[in-house]
Amino acid sequence: MFYIFCPYCGEHREEEEFHPKGQAHISRPADPEATSDEEWGDYLFFRDNPRGVHHELWVHAVGCRKFFNITRHTVSYEILEVYKMGEQPSITAEHYAAQQGAASADKERNASQAKHQEGVRA
Amino acid sequence: MSQPNRLKTGGRVDRSRQLTFTFNGQRYQGHPGDTLASALLANGVDIVNRSFKYSRPRGIVAAGAEEPNGIVQLGSSEAGQVPNVRATQQALYQNLSARSTNGWPNVQRDLMGLVGKLGGQFMPPGFYYKTFMAPASMWLTYEKYIRKAAGLGRSPTENDADIYDHRHQHCDVLVVGAGPAGLSAALAAGRAGARVILVDEQEEMGGSLLSSRESIDDAPATTWAEKVLKELSALEDVTLMPRTTANGYHDHNFVTLHERCTEHLADIAPHVGGRRQVRSRMHRVRAGQVVLASGAHERPLVYAGNDVPGNMLAGAVSTYIRRYGVVPGNRLVLATSNDDGYRAALDWSEAGREVVAIADARQNPDGELVEQARAKGIRVIAGSAVIEARGDKRVAVAKVAKIDIEGFKVSGPVEELACDTIASSGGFSPVVHLASHTGSRPTWNEELLGFVPSPVKGMTPTGGAHGVYALGKVIADGFKAGSAAGEACGFERQDASLPKVDERREGAAVALYQVPHQKATLRGPKQFVDMQNDVTAAAIELATREGFESIEHVKRYTALGFGTDQGKLGNINGMAIAARCLGRTIPEVGTTVFRPNYTPVSFGAIVGRHCGELFDPERYTAMHQWHVENGAEFEDVGQWKRPWYFPQKRRAENGERLETMHEAVARECSAVREKVGILDASTLGKIDIQGPDAREFLGRVYTNKWAKLAPGRVRYGLMCKDDGMVFDDGTTSCLGENHFLMTTSTGGAATVLEWLEIWHQTEWPELDVYFNSVTDHWATMTVTGPEARKLMAELTDIDLDKDSFKFMDWHEGNVAGVPARVFRISFTGELAYEINVQANYAMHVWKKLFAHGDKYGLTPYGTETMHVLRAEKGFIIAGQDTDGSVTPEDLGMHWAIGYDKPNSWIGKRALTRPDTKRTDRKQMVGLKPKDPSVVLEEGAQVVFDPNHAIPMPMKGHVTSSYYSPTLQSGFALAVVKGGHQKMGETVYLPMVDGQVHEAEIVSPIFLDPKGERQNV
Amino acid sequence: MSNAQQFDTRPAGEHASEIAVESPLAYSMHRSGAPKVKADTRVTLRERAFLGHLTLRGGAIVLDEALRDVLGMSLPGEPLGLVQASFDGPAGECSIQWLSPDEWLLIVPGGEEFDVERRLREALGDAHFAISNVSGGQTLLELKGEAAREVLMKSVAYDVHPRHFPVGKAVTTVFAKASVILRRPSEERWELVVRRSFADYTYRWLLDAGEEFGIGVER
Repeated sequence: MFYIFCPYCGEHREEEEFHPKGQAHISRPADPEATSDEEWGDYLFFRDNPRGVHHELWVHAVGCRKFFNITRHTVSYEILEVYKMGEQPSITAEHYAAQQGAASADKERNASQAKHQEGVRA
Repeated sequence: MSQPNRLKTGGRVDRSRQLTFTFNGQRYQGHPGDTLASALLANGVDIVNRSFKYSRPRGIVAAGAEEPNGIVQLGSSEAGQVPNVRATQQALYQNLSARSTNGWPNVQRDLMGLVGKLGGQFMPPGFYYKTFMAPASMWLTYEKYIRKAAGLGRSPTENDADIYDHRHQHCDVLVVGAGPAGLSAALAAGRAGARVILVDEQEEMGGSLLSSRESIDDAPATTWAEKVLKELSALEDVTLMPRTTANGYHDHNFVTLHERCTEHLADIAPHVGGRRQVRSRMHRVRAGQVVLASGAHERPLVYAGNDVPGNMLAGAVSTYIRRYGVVPGNRLVLATSNDDGYRAALDWSEAGREVVAIADARQNPDGELVEQARAKGIRVIAGSAVIEARGDKRVAVAKVAKIDIEGFKVSGPVEELACDTIASSGGFSPVVHLASHTGSRPTWNEELLGFVPSPVKGMTPTGGAHGVYALGKVIADGFKAGSAAGEACGFERQDASLPKVDERREGAAVALYQVPHQKATLRGPKQFVDMQNDVTAAAIELATREGFESIEHVKRYTALGFGTDQGKLGNINGMAIAARCLGRTIPEVGTTVFRPNYTPVSFGAIVGRHCGELFDPERYTAMHQWHVENGAEFEDVGQWKRPWYFPQKRRAENGERLETMHEAVARECSAVREKVGILDASTLGKIDIQGPDAREFLGRVYTNKWAKLAPGRVRYGLMCKDDGMVFDDGTTSCLGENHFLMTTSTGGAATVLEWLEIWHQTEWPELDVYFNSVTDHWATMTVTGPEARKLMAELTDIDLDKDSFKFMDWHEGNVAGVPARVFRISFTGELAYEINVQANYAMHVWKKLFAHGDKYGLTPYGTETMHVLRAEKGFIIAGQDTDGSVTPEDLGMHWAIGYDKPNSWIGKRALTRPDTKRTDRKQMVGLKPKDPSVVLEEGAQVVFDPNHAIPMPMKGHVTSSYYSPTLQSGFALAVVKGGHQKMGETVYLPMVDGQVHEAEIVSPIFLDPKGERQNV
Repeated sequence: MSNAQQFDTRPAGEHASEIAVESPLAYSMHRSGAPKVKADTRVTLRERAFLGHLTLRGGAIVLDEALRDVLGMSLPGEPLGLVQASFDGPAGECSIQWLSPDEWLLIVPGGEEFDVERRLREALGDAHFAISNVSGGQTLLELKGEAAREVLMKSVAYDVHPRHFPVGKAVTTVFAKASVILRRPSEERWELVVRRSFADYTYRWLLDAGEEFGIGVER
């Protein structure tokens, strides 16, 4: 059960108030008639399924009825950010990977320090 | 005096009061404060169950949630039956009635035990799979007997007499476990002002403090616990919940708690003041921070015969003595790998009973508790272990020998010690279950010889849950965790004012899991790892030899940890044995993950009040009471209760009888076709659309044109998804130049509104338009049939002349004195008026229509008649005649497709994809059975050649099928490949019973193709 | 002008008073009854039927201005806000609550909704807005008493602790398996705005949840 921050209501709400609507930032081709069958097929049927950072469209269905975007980690289920329609994510897969690289280096450093202290955990 | 094992003093039971209970039909006495397990031990009951697979006698092993054997069936009446109760967690109450869950005819004299003895060596892991696999047809027979022999209790055959419910909780800090760490953590967070929930699964809060030998601030540990609990209960925003198990830890700090509200009082909740009480309650907690203070479970040592009653955990022995005033035997042998186990021997000795010897696996045990034991004159045999317990229904002899742990062998002569109890301690396993529910795998810590939780966001383990065991350190660690959790929620850090606890000098523990025996594991006597599932060390070794190397595979092959106890005692030992056999370390073998629930939860608590009449919302229209009073049968349409048909009384031989559905529908259909009928159509979705771009928006979401629809006019529209497939339809009326009222199907109301919003909010925010649901505001009644105009004329001031109020017009005026919008749209093919009034006045209008309608034969009709009438006209129902794979062209509705509209409306582009242009798509047609008495089955498959070998190529299927009293024949709508080009051809519908129906492909419009009846 | 069609749904004229009107709970009261308020009642339920409910859509600035013109009250300044004011007419009070960034619920005394809508439409002129009369589609239930919060904790996942749900807050949320607008107009009073078709389910749920607190229904 996710706990989702609605950017319009300005607070966290229970998952049961929301509906997921699939991958975010799928925009309809401006001139559908100008697209090839393949391009139109891609727009209709093909979605990403990443292990890691994913941008999703959600709606606060039992709430303010507004659509917004969520950047979510598909392994940890952590919601990394929410942002309104028309806005761009500040956390992307590339950005996240770089951040995690730095963090895990930190963690190793901390862990080796902790071993020397009178720690209770390794 | 009964209760031979009850001490005269000590413990937290109230000896001044007696409680009578029965176990397997035998009456016993216990006291308030007892668990069923402590009372059974007090009464000297050794055998509480028979084992799952081998039917061996089993006794109480533990004192808490980790108990594998003491699983009982509770309940003195059928409705109050509760399966699967752990005796160690069940508080004793007056007249408690419990039975063993296994054992036939009874646990003392068990026939299945013979199977265990004789068949024992022939029942390796995979026994059932290997033995009963063939022939497959026999499995049902085998299963019946296997289940009878196995089983962990039974469900009641009567309805549960109790109620259960849910409660939603929110807090800053949830502390799981009210032992020293949890109490201390709750104190720190509570003092900071945080909203704190402290839960503990036991009857009384305090955890290990309730059986501790140690002092805090120079007083018994329980005194400190009482003091802290007093302070906590005085804090307004701290909630204390005893008898409550945190069972599931879900994403984003969502934790489910199971509170047993009355299970300590009776098997059926007593009424208070004439009102029902809930038996148990599920709390759904959203916590800012979780402090996991779930403590640690002691690990038993795995030696031969370790399942004979009288083999217990060392810590449990201490708990029974110190907390319940029960010494579970007379002569004790203790087997341990660490200092902590010595508490059992000291407590035993202080209770005045004999400690025969302590077999300590360490070469030079020298901790403080070891010295205390030696000072009492207890014999300590260093470097040794109990390698085997002997005894039939109770331990009689402990075989002790020197062992070589590294070499996994017995290294000295075997000494046989007469005793009736063997306590063992192989160290502690932190209770990491909750921490791993969200997917985080625990990490092995070689110093602690246990798995500790891996990081989980928003969760802090403390105390025994991450391997801090010394009391003083536990309290400090808990305080630190509680303070940090409070701080993470925005409260101030709390300075610790910690109580004084004397530090105990402790000797190092040694890693011992399975104890070597003189015989090799596969040939020696059984050494049990998982007692609930009868998994032995040999079984695990065999599994590894058969090639199961992953611990997840070993688990599934042997059933290790699959019991209701989820392997709380056995898992780590099992992994250690697998590691030994595979020549790997424990972290290399890894651990399995734990899933919710930590302990079993009754279905009632999961369901809560969502049962019976409250199972799901029932939505009613404003005329519902009339429908009920007029005998309507109801149909569920989404959550709506819609009248299905209105059976009338008919004269029969013996008085009266109700019409069958067939009779009622025939009568209702004829009334509409010949006179006038009325339908409650209030459930249709209604969306009020306003704004200067409303018209443009409609043009984009509907397949047809909206640019020229004038105020006062109504139009039918089809909606597609962008893949070109129809997903809803309905009429939309122009109320004003910038104002429209859209109707949707009953089931599609919410979906369509969300559909409009998603396009507006994500693709076309520049369009100035708003959508509001007005479904519930209006009540809708359809008056339809040749006499409809006459009836309406009696009640309305609206000019009903066919030239001033034309088909597909709407007018406003009064109907029965109530302002109404009346729409001339028809779903029956007859002259029809859809009257919309504000719902609060609907019943008045409805009743007035009937007051005037009698002379015209006004007949209420339900959804079944509505379906027949619309199908005769070939009108589709989205979701019944379409299934997300049908285009407007497939439906033959070219007239509703505006290919030349200026915008690329939703679905248009997809209609030119090669797949949607195929001529052999399934297309909507009518089917006329050759035999008019046949009503084809909905869903029946259409084939072209009934003589084709099976499997026949399937060419389509029936989507709607009814008997038409007007046509005097069955008829159907169907989708058939290339059907539009096959008019007049014969198709076949083979049925399950071998019959093959013949039908002719015809136009889906069976009645009045020119629409002359509705356009009058 | 907005080119929208406004429609007065209330009967007028000399026979208007003869027309039976039924609140969304009429059937439920008939079917499930209404337990009386007793000495040990810790929570009471009351339906405030037949109020005027208007959904307002549009930009906050123009709506705020029109509202001040017509009713002398402002839109709530924050999301999830609820503002109450006395109504300058024959009866009582009115309230306006935030529903979404471009949506508000205005509740006025019953019978005033048509006139209020008309005046708002006039005041709003050519602005882009929408007003929908939903008076027949929903009803307002009132919960009072010391156990009201506990009844809500059994019914909604939303946090109703006073720290999180102060007076003047209003949210749309899940109620059991339906949805509800939950409002806190004063310390001792909670309000539920319920859709007509779900009113019976909600009523039954509340009676059941309130049973342990001796719930009573004021009529």
